[in-house]
Amino acid sequence: MTESLLDVSDVKVAFPVAGWRRPPVEILHGVSLSVAPGRTVGLVGESGSGKSTLGRAVLGLAPVTAGTIRFQGREIQDLSKAERRPLAADLQVVFQDPYSSLNPAMSIGAILAEPLRARGIAADEAIARIHDLLDAVGMPSGSARRSPREFSGGQRQRIAIARAIALEPRLIVCDEPTSALDLSTQARVLDLLVELQERTGVSYLFISHNLAVVRRMCHDVAVMYRGEIVEYGEGDRVTSDPQHPYTRSLLMAAPVPDPARQSARRGERQRLRAETAA
Amino acid sequence: MSTAMLSTELDRTTRPLRRTGILARILRNPMGTASLIVLTLIVLAAILAPLITVNPPGRADIGMVNAPPFTDGYLLGGDNAGRDVLSRLVFGAQLTLLGALSTVIVSLLLGVTLGLIGGYYRGRFDAVAGWVCDLLLILPSKIVLVAMFAVIGPNTMLTMAVLGVMVAPSFYRLVRNLVIAVRKELYIDAAQVSGLSDARIIGRHVLFAVRAPIVVHTSMIAGLAIILQAGLEFLGLGDPDSPTWGGMLQDAFTSIYSDPLLMVWPGIAIGVTVGAFILLGNVVRDSFDAPAAVRPRRRAVAAGSDAVTAPEGSICHVSGLTIGYAQASGDDKVVVDGVGFDVQRGRVLGLVGESGSGKTQTSLAILGLLPKGGAVLGGGISFEGKDLLAPGAARALRGRRIAYIPQEPMSNLDPNFTIGHQLIEPLRAAKGLSRTEAREAASALLERVGIPDVERVLRSYPHQISGGMAQRVLIAGAVSCDPDLIIADEPTTALDVTVQAEILDLLRGLQRERGMSMVLVTHDFGVVADLCDDVVVMRDGRVIERGTAEEIFGDPQQEYTRTLLASTLDGTPARSVLDKKGAQS
Repeated sequence: MTESLLDVSDVKVAFPVAGWRRPPVEILHGVSLSVAPGRTVGLVGESGSGKSTLGRAVLGLAPVTAGTIRFQGREIQDLSKAERRPLAADLQVVFQDPYSSLNPAMSIGAILAEPLRARGIAADEAIARIHDLLDAVGMPSGSARRSPREFSGGQRQRIAIARAIALEPRLIVCDEPTSALDLSTQARVLDLLVELQERTGVSYLFISHNLAVVRRMCHDVAVMYRGEIVEYGEGDRVTSDPQHPYTRSLLMAAPVPDPARQSARRGERQRLRAETAA
Repeated sequence: MSTAMLSTELDRTTRPLRRTGILARILRNPMGTASLIVLTLIVLAAILAPLITVNPPGRADIGMVNAPPFTDGYLLGGDNAGRDVLSRLVFGAQLTLLGALSTVIVSLLLGVTLGLIGGYYRGRFDAVAGWVCDLLLILPSKIVLVAMFAVIGPNTMLTMAVLGVMVAPSFYRLVRNLVIAVRKELYIDAAQVSGLSDARIIGRHVLFAVRAPIVVHTSMIAGLAIILQAGLEFLGLGDPDSPTWGGMLQDAFTSIYSDPLLMVWPGIAIGVTVGAFILLGNVVRDSFDAPAAVRPRRRAVAAGSDAVTAPEGSICHVSGLTIGYAQASGDDKVVVDGVGFDVQRGRVLGLVGESGSGKTQTSLAILGLLPKGGAVLGGGISFEGKDLLAPGAARALRGRRIAYIPQEPMSNLDPNFTIGHQLIEPLRAAKGLSRTEAREAASALLERVGIPDVERVLRSYPHQISGGMAQRVLIAGAVSCDPDLIIADEPTTALDVTVQAEILDLLRGLQRERGMSMVLVTHDFGVVADLCDDVVVMRDGRVIERGTAEEIFGDPQQEYTRTLLASTLDGTPARSVLDKKGAQS
């Protein structure tokens, strides 16, 4: 086993609640996982399970109240905004909503140039990089002068991915990167992410509610439920032969695109539910 | 390539997009053109005052006292001290505009800067700034300025700067609230992760997003400043050494019986200037919103002609349906093009396709609920032989024979009323039940859709229940009128997968026990496999393939259907297994 890139250890996240002397609400109750270089770890769960919160905690966008997050061997959970800035080169993000994650008032070129310029990369190098980046995500280089609203959801997500890989990071947090996309677009974006990983050795913390997507993408999978990881293991095992009852109910609830098999699965799910109820 | 060329090239590639032709859009509006022309003329007159006036504003000519207009080069006549009214008006514009400028600059600097900071960081700064704003806002600014006169004397610029401080809270509130909204956008988070400093994020992303309302508000504040300044001068608290519009009003007031006409000129000047500022603000706001000009919707003429040809067993027959949206250019954008299918009695039809395939538009056309600008351009829809496109036909059947289950349960419940109210009122209206009967019927329905604590839910407001519960409530509402056909538009897309499974079970159960027909709009082939008997695959507004579920899943005929089915990730080998194999070979 290689040394891990990201080490999340017993992390708790709590958000303050409006109102005088109200106790903060704890969303994550002590979560631990690690991501090795070049690997993808999936975080799967339903809305409210805390999977996105964990992703945001790693990115420094959610308040960590206990535990440690180590990235490249360094504790990052208590860094200030300014201390965190140099991390941008190694730790990046792709969000779910490609409509809100690109500033509609900026051109694609400006969006991609931003992280480069923030790193102090010279103008000529930046232009070349922007063209390379667009090329890497399969967009025509003429896109640089156009605005986000001229592109479809799938294309926008490609641009968001281009922005994420602009500084050649070691880890990208992918927060439901394909949930807003059409089926065929989703397949192509997932292929792109895998291809980038094979080429650059980047690691992914891949957050999704969809077991099939997680199965396609992830080497290891953590199943989250109400702020805790209830099952962790190799991707194939967790997504085909889950041990925890919650993971099993997740698997059973996902409909399969085949009427006969779906009917069988439905029967089994209803039997399982009747058993638990009894 | 030289460095200079490179940096211009980078500039061109990366500069922020400008809203093309905001000025052009303002000028296209006649009110915008008029107010801009008026303001430009006033500013020019103020700047060029010494050149365009014949008599100095301060020179009193005893012969010209209360002279009528057009006397001896006094175009608007003389005032009660024999001074040139026109000249005083033009010179008065100088101080008026400078005073307004002083107010605007001070309030912009204070309000916008602090608003950006307060909205972006929130926390203690925002709380304290909020209190200060409250304090400033409850002070009556005019009285404060009158009191100030005792301390600072007649100093228009300083007085107006103080007014700027007094109105700064309105900018603060405006900007802060806008920034809080923008702050939630993911691109701000992305910029943070990209390593941008806060100053850069605020300057580049936030300020740009809030600029339009600031411009609009500035225009309003300028108008307000002119009125207040004139008011103060009218009270005699202006600068006695220079001509002012308010001062002219005051002079005119003292001689209102001898020469009432003197009131008119400064009155017009103040009214026109303030009006121009406020109109300009309105036009700018409209231009930023810029709703596309849409022609009134047209109706198809040939609709319903083939209603009679509906085949046996079909409850809803759609043929050659074409839906278009009026464009600003005058053409129609066709989003559904010649779509035809039959919904069989007692069966579930799946309308499948990717975004932009026209599946939702088709379902909305059946309900007669096409959004504004959309219209059926051709083809027909019939329900049990009745033409649904005839005026009023869809409305008469909707909620009685045809029901609708939307995608977003929460936005389809009115937050102002309890669940009980929203279920009971339609029941009373549609079925003529008494209040008690309707309440009992609603309870029974909620029980049927699997809601555990019926009484509590009936008393709850929508925000007090979960999304899954809300969808159950909407399903209860949809079946409450015993419809023959239910149109469900992505009814489970917004729900978690375990909740989705339960909702699908519920829909199937209700459909079977009531023998209803259903149109299920979805992009998820798993949902189709779970619920649908027949399937119509759509793409780009056309039907690609139709058949029974067994046919479509077992033996798809079209390449597109096969591609879609292959994209479902069903049966794809796990990444962990694939990578191991790759490592071994």
